[in-house]
Amino acid sequence: MQKNHITIALADDDEDDRLFFEDAFEELKINTVVTTHCDGEELMNFLHHPETILPNILFLDLNMPKKNGFECLLEIKKVEKFNDIAIAIYSTSSSEEDVENTFVQGANIYIKKPSDFDTLKKILREVVTLNWQYHTSRLNKDNFLLRM
Amino acid sequence: MKAYLKFDYTILTKKIVEEKLAALNLKFSVIGFGEIELQDTISNEKLELITTALSEYGIEIIENQKSILIQKIKDTITEMVNSEEPLSVKSSVYLTEKLNHSYGYLSNLFSEVTYTSIENFIMIQKIELAKNLILNNQLTLTEIAYQLNYSSVAHLSTQFKKITGITPSAFQRIIAKRRVQSLKN
Repeated sequence: MQKNHITIALADDDEDDRLFFEDAFEELKINTVVTTHCDGEELMNFLHHPETILPNILFLDLNMPKKNGFECLLEIKKVEKFNDIAIAIYSTSSSEEDVENTFVQGANIYIKKPSDFDTLKKILREVVTLNWQYHTSRLNKDNFLLRM
Repeated sequence: MKAYLKFDYTILTKKIVEEKLAALNLKFSVIGFGEIELQDTISNEKLELITTALSEYGIEIIENQKSILIQKIKDTITEMVNSEEPLSVKSSVYLTEKLNHSYGYLSNLFSEVTYTSIENFIMIQKIELAKNLILNNQLTLTEIAYQLNYSSVAHLSTQFKKITGITPSAFQRIIAKRRVQSLKN
């Protein structure tokens, strides 16, 4: 984390949420590069593009037009080159069913969208640092589950 | 007239490194090609001086001293957490003794580079080990709590939830379902 930056991608159809997200990372003072996408289809095109630098962490909103977050998750988990991406569900839903289903399908992190900006910053900081530990400390990624 | 020179790069580099380090009054020994051992722990300023002195000749310190120490801290913690013998001293004392640096120095350096504290890292490692033990299915939660030095199952569960956001049993259930799922595919 000293020199290299962490790449982050977010797919969310809500423009305000995308802005909040980008602002939060800007204020965190962690060296990140953030890209945002407004629906699942655009996200998948981005990920599949040969010149894309794949994100270290991908944040997926569940309810999106064209292709929803759950469909994206299933698709991503089938592609081998996406194996190293940590997937964070980023949703207004906190239904136990959504949490459990997405975890079972391979999501690593489940975040219920917070209502205020400071909490969002705190959550994102925690997610990025914990993910970094998995990345750098030889921890077993298959066991990486985090709910916030 | 032209003269043709033949170089021995090993001797050359060794000489340069020796001269430069001697000029900085450092005690050191050359372990082998590309590896030297400094006899004292050195300050950041001193390290900068060495880096500058050697960079003139295109010689770089490959990994900086900090990253090496961070790695040592992590390795020591992993070893400490995974050891089956319970610790007889506080973890801060243990790290200080093993790594020969003050705990304040270690802890500041660690936070600065990894964005997490040593305490938090130890907690993460313990919970990782708990996860592995849970998935092995050989020990009960009570036994796992005991092995990891938690005072009770409740204490382990609370810390597990604090780090992961889920309970140990939810973790166990999710991973089991995942395994069934991947068998289906």
